[in-house]
Parts: sequence; structure tokens; C-alpha cells
Amino acid sequence: MANEIESIKDPGLPAHVHRKADTDPAAARRAERQVATMFLISAAGTVLLIASYFFIPDDLFVFIPVMGNQNAHQLGLGLGMAISLFFIGLGAIHWAKTLMPDTEVVAQRHEFRSPDSERQEFVDAVKEGAAASGLGRRTLIKKSLFASLGLSALSPLILLRDLGPLPGKELEKTTWASGTYLVTDPGNRRISASDLEVGAVAQVLPEIADPEHRKLSDIAKDAVLLIRLRPEEFNLEPDRLAMTHEGIIAFSKICSHMGCAVALYEQQTKHLLCPCHQSTFDVTRAAKVIFGPSARPLPQLDITTDADGFLIARNPFSEPVGPSFWERNSQ
Amino acid sequence: MTAEARLGSVANFVDERTGAAAWMKKNLQKVFPDHWSFLLGEVALYSFVILLLSGTFLTFWFDPSQREVIYEGSYAPLEGIKMSAAYASTLHISFEVRGGLLMRQIHHWAALLFMAAIVAHLMRVFFTGAFRKPREGNWVIGIGLLTLGIVEGFLGYSLPDDLLSGTGIRIAEAIIQALPVVGSYLAYFAFGGAFPGEAFIPRIYTVHVLLLPGAFLALITVHLMLVWYQKHTQFPGPGRTEKNVVGYPLMPTYMAKAGGFFFIVFGVTAFLAAVASINPIWLYGPYTPGQISAGSQPDWYMGWLDGLVRMAPPIETAAFGHTISWNILIPGLIIPGILFTGMALYPFIEAWITGDKREHHLLDRPRNAPNRTALGAMSLTFVLVTLINGGNDIIATHFDLSINQIMWGTRFGVLILPPIAFIVTKRLCLSLQRADRELVLHGRETGTLLRLPHGEFVEVHEPISPEKAYLLTSHEQLPPLELPDVDGRGVKRAGVLKNKIRARLNKAHVESVPKVSATELKEIEHH
Repeated sequence: MANEIESIKDPGLPAHVHRKADTDPAAARRAERQVATMFLISAAGTVLLIASYFFIPDDLFVFIPVMGNQNAHQLGLGLGMAISLFFIGLGAIHWAKTLMPDTEVVAQRHEFRSPDSERQEFVDAVKEGAAASGLGRRTLIKKSLFASLGLSALSPLILLRDLGPLPGKELEKTTWASGTYLVTDPGNRRISASDLEVGAVAQVLPEIADPEHRKLSDIAKDAVLLIRLRPEEFNLEPDRLAMTHEGIIAFSKICSHMGCAVALYEQQTKHLLCPCHQSTFDVTRAAKVIFGPSARPLPQLDITTDADGFLIARNPFSEPVGPSFWERNSQ
Repeated sequence: MTAEARLGSVANFVDERTGAAAWMKKNLQKVFPDHWSFLLGEVALYSFVILLLSGTFLTFWFDPSQREVIYEGSYAPLEGIKMSAAYASTLHISFEVRGGLLMRQIHHWAALLFMAAIVAHLMRVFFTGAFRKPREGNWVIGIGLLTLGIVEGFLGYSLPDDLLSGTGIRIAEAIIQALPVVGSYLAYFAFGGAFPGEAFIPRIYTVHVLLLPGAFLALITVHLMLVWYQKHTQFPGPGRTEKNVVGYPLMPTYMAKAGGFFFIVFGVTAFLAAVASINPIWLYGPYTPGQISAGSQPDWYMGWLDGLVRMAPPIETAAFGHTISWNILIPGLIIPGILFTGMALYPFIEAWITGDKREHHLLDRPRNAPNRTALGAMSLTFVLVTLINGGNDIIATHFDLSINQIMWGTRFGVLILPPIAFIVTKRLCLSLQRADRELVLHGRETGTLLRLPHGEFVEVHEPISPEKAYLLTSHEQLPPLELPDVDGRGVKRAGVLKNKIRARLNKAHVESVPKVSATELKEIEHH
């Protein structure tokens, strides 16, 4: 390329500087001893590893300054392994740097581009091969081949169909129904309003017949958070206020952003915070999003009490819980 | 038989069956240039080998199943707790298998190191222009390896099925579910039904230990074969040209150094695993969708994605009975997609801008390609700001800051700081070029002051060596491309706008401080 100005001349490779071990046999012997010492330290590391494996009990703890109490068994195994490997490497590199040839060698590069004649021959060979197959002329073969190749790609897709069931309306449903009892999690006990003091938070699940075998996929939609405030602290529309009971308000605990458990409740500000992406919901205003990436409030569960004073759901959730999906009707 | 004779008979056996003697001779003397930054890719390669070895060990005890079991192992705090077999077997590896915890920690540390080395290697290749022709293909493979590494790492730390990793899977599920039209179907297929189900961990286990390592092996093999075949790039300097390669022969020097370096990387990883606890899953407890721990953080290479998701504005579109979650799609798929596609295409974009179709084997000093260096600094700043936001909760609690302020700071920062980084870096590069020019013309400042007869003080400058002067001036400075809007006959070309954009980008790309020419140097020596 046009580089008009005259560049400074290449002075060429600098002359090779001999190392001490190249000229002084004593230095070479010293280097040899150093390399051997490193290999021996490595061997000692392996011995430490074996000794730790067989002879140090795995419940022995030792105090090491800075690091604190350490499990001696783990530490011995790890350090033994580290020493045995590291010093092999160090020895080999020291060997290469002091005793192996360190004269720089120059090799030539060649342009990758083939000579024009060879490129032409290649093109001809391809053309000839293509002509011999008749693919260009016999369009019937060509078209049917492409059609069948395209279709055959469908079979792996078809075969993967049984990976899972179709979602149907499942994403929109939870276990909660009218009259479902709220039970504590953990504990699985029905609770009454008086169990919760003002300012308290509790995680609840819907009561089911066989709580020992509650499915995680149900918890992933059913988990509900109860929060008790003083009724005058609410700033709710009348229909939402009617869904609370004596200051107890119930929200889905599954974040409306990406489904994490919204578990951090700030008692002072009455904010619920999701630890995953910091979406923040205002409990007094029906879990309105006041900060973070979530675009929707947490769904509120309509609760009341039965004749004995135990908390029950008056209605199921009126909208799908958890993160959004294409079929969700958010209007 | 002497050692030499034994070796001879083996060589004879192989050569008579393959005729490999000539090829072996040539390649054993293959020359490899030496520079510390060339070791970054090696660290990635060796970490991969460590991952294969330690990972194989872990598979002997790990039970990739979400079947529910009651824990009865030696870790007392979890005694009698319901958990998945995957979590229970990870506890078993950590507490009952001798050396199991060490291997788990080696595996996890090696994974972090693997990703760090890949990113550092990528930066070295980018900032020195090593991706230019003929190495564009290998760059694309490298981007593929980076992408696979992120996925493989995520799947790996998801396997133990602890509370932290389960939360990560929940977020991955939400991203799949957010895809328009097919989202809920894909999520149900991936998880074998509703989240979390019992199918996901066994499935990602197969992907983690078979499918992706296979893909890695294939891509790494091609990556290395290309390095071998195309010969390594080298830094500029006296005696180094586009037509040669200066370094040490494979056997013995390079073999000993590279082989030794493998043991050093393995040793350092083992040391980290011995003294520094990582991912103590027994503290997190088993996964259940109703619980979470505060300060949930992914591994570092996922942190920037998490930070992007955190800073996304709360936008969803709800219309005609459907919902599109822009707050998930934009940070989770669209921006990473643009970034990675742009990265993969960059060699071709730069070649289009410069119009340079020649082979390049000499590396650029980053200051001599100011535009590229500035672009790199800009991208890194973007990722860094998002990474900071990915840890906003940890930063807030450790430094007693408001999480809302950090979030707003990074929301604006991610838009404002990258362009500033671009401008500052470009100016810095041009200043460094000016300093180089100064150095070649007027020599090194010695710090010795000289008082002239009439009382003036001057600093004595010492000329630099011819080698150094050559190094500082050997790069080429391309003139701007001539891209007229009309052709030779005065007819307007097609694609004028494209041409204008190209001319503009080219002008920015070739901007530089003129390097010192031999004539200039001679002139100044006369004075």
C-alpha cells in the first residue's frame, strides 16, 4: 500500500545474549540442581497428599493465622496436590529457561493464497464434478432432493415433542379455590387472624389432602405472603380493601418479573423487595411496583375467615401469578 | 537396547505405517513466538483440561436426579430434611468422599478461571488486531467458545440443585417463558411440564457432561489446528516482519515451557481450591420455589447479564390478550444478541472500513489503532457498568449505599459512560502516539540539567537505540480511503449513503499522529 514516507530501517534481530549457564559450567550445574530440587519438592507434595488422605481424620480442625479454623484433612489434600503439581511446572520452566537453547529461530511464512493456476484447476474440477452429476440439468432430481432434505429435518423436531406436555391453561391456574384454608409453611397448620401480630409476615400455602407430597411445581405458583398492618395504614381501592381481613393482606410470593420468591419485607417502609432483581412493591398500595424492572403488581389473594376464625381464601387468584408469558391476558 | 535405539525402533514402526517422519520433523521444529499475553489462551486451554479431569471425578458420585430423598448424611444441620437426590449427592461428595470437596472446589475455581482466561485472551486478540485476515474464522470460533462457556458454566452451577442455583434456573425459565408465541411451550418442553418438575436437572446434566464438552472439544481442536497451520502472530520489533515468525522451536524449549505451564495452572487452581471456599452449597439449603436467600448472585461471567436485567425499565406490552415482556426480552436476549453478533462480525466490519484485504501477522500496538482500542474500551465499560449493577445489592450492603441510587446511577451510566470511555481512550492513544513521536525525534529525557553559558537551563536528551526507534515507527499508517460518490465518468454510484458511512468510519479509523520518517530523523540529527 502507498506508504510514501521513507520508514526507519529495520536494524535486524538483536544479537543473542548468552546466559550464565551457557558459558559457566558451574552455573549450569547449579541450575540443574535447582530444577531437581523443584521436582523433589513436588514429590514431597504428593507424599503430603497421600499422608493426608490416609492419616489425617476428616474432623480435625487446625487454627491457621489469617485463614482461621481449617479442616486439616482438606487442607493437607489440597496443599499436597497444589505443591506436587506447581513444582513440576516450575521445574520444567526453570529447566527450559536456564538450560534449553534460548536462541531465537526465524521461520518463514508463506502467503495462504494458492497460485492462480491451481485455483483455476480447482474451479474446473468442481464444475466438472457438478456437470457430471447432472444436478444442474436434472431439475426434477434437484427439487425433489431439496424437498426431502428439508422434510427430513422435521423428524428430530417431531421426536422431541414428548419432552413435555402442552401448557394448556396450567400457567394461569393455582391450587387456591374458594374456601381453601391457608396453612403455614413450614408447619402446615391452619392459622387464624390473631396468630399474626401487626407488622408480622408469614408464608402460607393452600391446604391440601396430602401435604407430605406437596409438589414443588405447586409451591412455585401457590406460595403466598401474609402481611398484617393496621387497617388505617392501607391506601387501597374499596374492592381491594375488601380482599383484606382485619389488616391482613395476602399477595402471591412469586415475583411478577421472573418468578423469584419475593421474600424481603421492610417493616418500616412497608415495601416488599425481590432479592433477584430488586423489584420493589408497596404493600399499602396493593403491591404497586415502585422500583425495579417488574411491570406488574403482585397478584392479591382475596381472604376472609371461616366460622371458627381460620383464614380461608374467599376467591382464587383473579389473574395468573408469576412471570409473564405470551398467552397471559394482562388487561 | 540403548534409549536411542529404542526410540529409533518406535519411530521406525510409526513411519513405516504412516510416513510421518518428514511431517513430524518439520513440526517438532515449529517456531512459536514468545510473549506473556500469548499465555492467556493457554490458561483457558489448561483450565478446560482441569475441568474435564475434575468433572469426571465428580460424575462418579453425583446423582443427577430431582427425586425427593430425606437427607441422612453427616452434615448435621440438614439431617432429616427433604431434598433432591442431586443436592444430597453433592453434600455426599462434599462431606463423605475424601478429596470430594477439593475436587468440587477445583472444578468451580477452574470454571471461573476458564471464563476469565477466555475473556482476557479475547481482549488480547482484539486490542492487538490479531483477528485480522487470515484469522477471522478463528475469531468467530473463539466467540462461539465464549458463548458456550457462559452456558456451560451456568448449567454447571445449576446442577447441585441448592437454593441459590434453583433461583438461577427459575430466572432462566422466566426468560424462556417470555419468548413471544412459543415461550410457554418451550418452557414446558424444557422442564417436562410445570417448573421445576423433575426432568430439568437430568437433562441439563447430559448437556453439561456430554453435549457441550463434545462441542468444546471439536471447536478447541479446530481453534488450535488453525493456530498451528496459520502460525502464531507476533509483536512487531527488529527482525520481525509480516513474512517471518521469530521464536523458540516446539521441541524442546516451547514444549517444556507450555507443558510446565499446564502444571502451574493446575497447581494454582488446586491451591485456590485448598484455601478458598467456593459455592458452599450446604449453607444455602435445598431448592424450593417459595424460599430465597438475600444477596443472590450468579457467577461473575453471568453478572453483567443479571445487571442488565436489573436495570431494565419496567415495560410490558399487553394487547389483544397477549403479553410481551420487554423488561425481560431486551436485557436478556436482544442486547446480548446484538453484542455477541457484533463481536463475531467485527473482523469483517473493520476490514470493510479499512478496505484492507492483505494478510496480517504482525500485531498492532493498541495505541496505533486508536479507533479499535477506543471501541474495545467502550464495550468493556458497558459490560463493567452492568456488572456493577449485577452486584448492586452486595455493594449497597457492604458500602452502606442506597440500592436505588446505584440502580439509577448505572441506568444512566450505561448510556453515558461508554461514549466517554471511547473519546477518552481515543485521545489517550493519540497522545501516546505523540509521545512516541517525541521520543524518536528528541530522545529520552535523562533528568540531567545543563546550564548554558548564558544562564539558561535545558534538560539533556539521550537518543534512543535504533531497535527502539524502529519499534516505534515500524507500524504502517494507511491513508484515508478514496471513496468518491461519483464514478470515473461522473455518474452517481449506487448506495451513496452506504458509501458515505464507510468514508466517515474510515476517516475516524485512520486518524493518527504521523510517525517519524527516516528523512525527518536525519534532518534533526543534522541540527
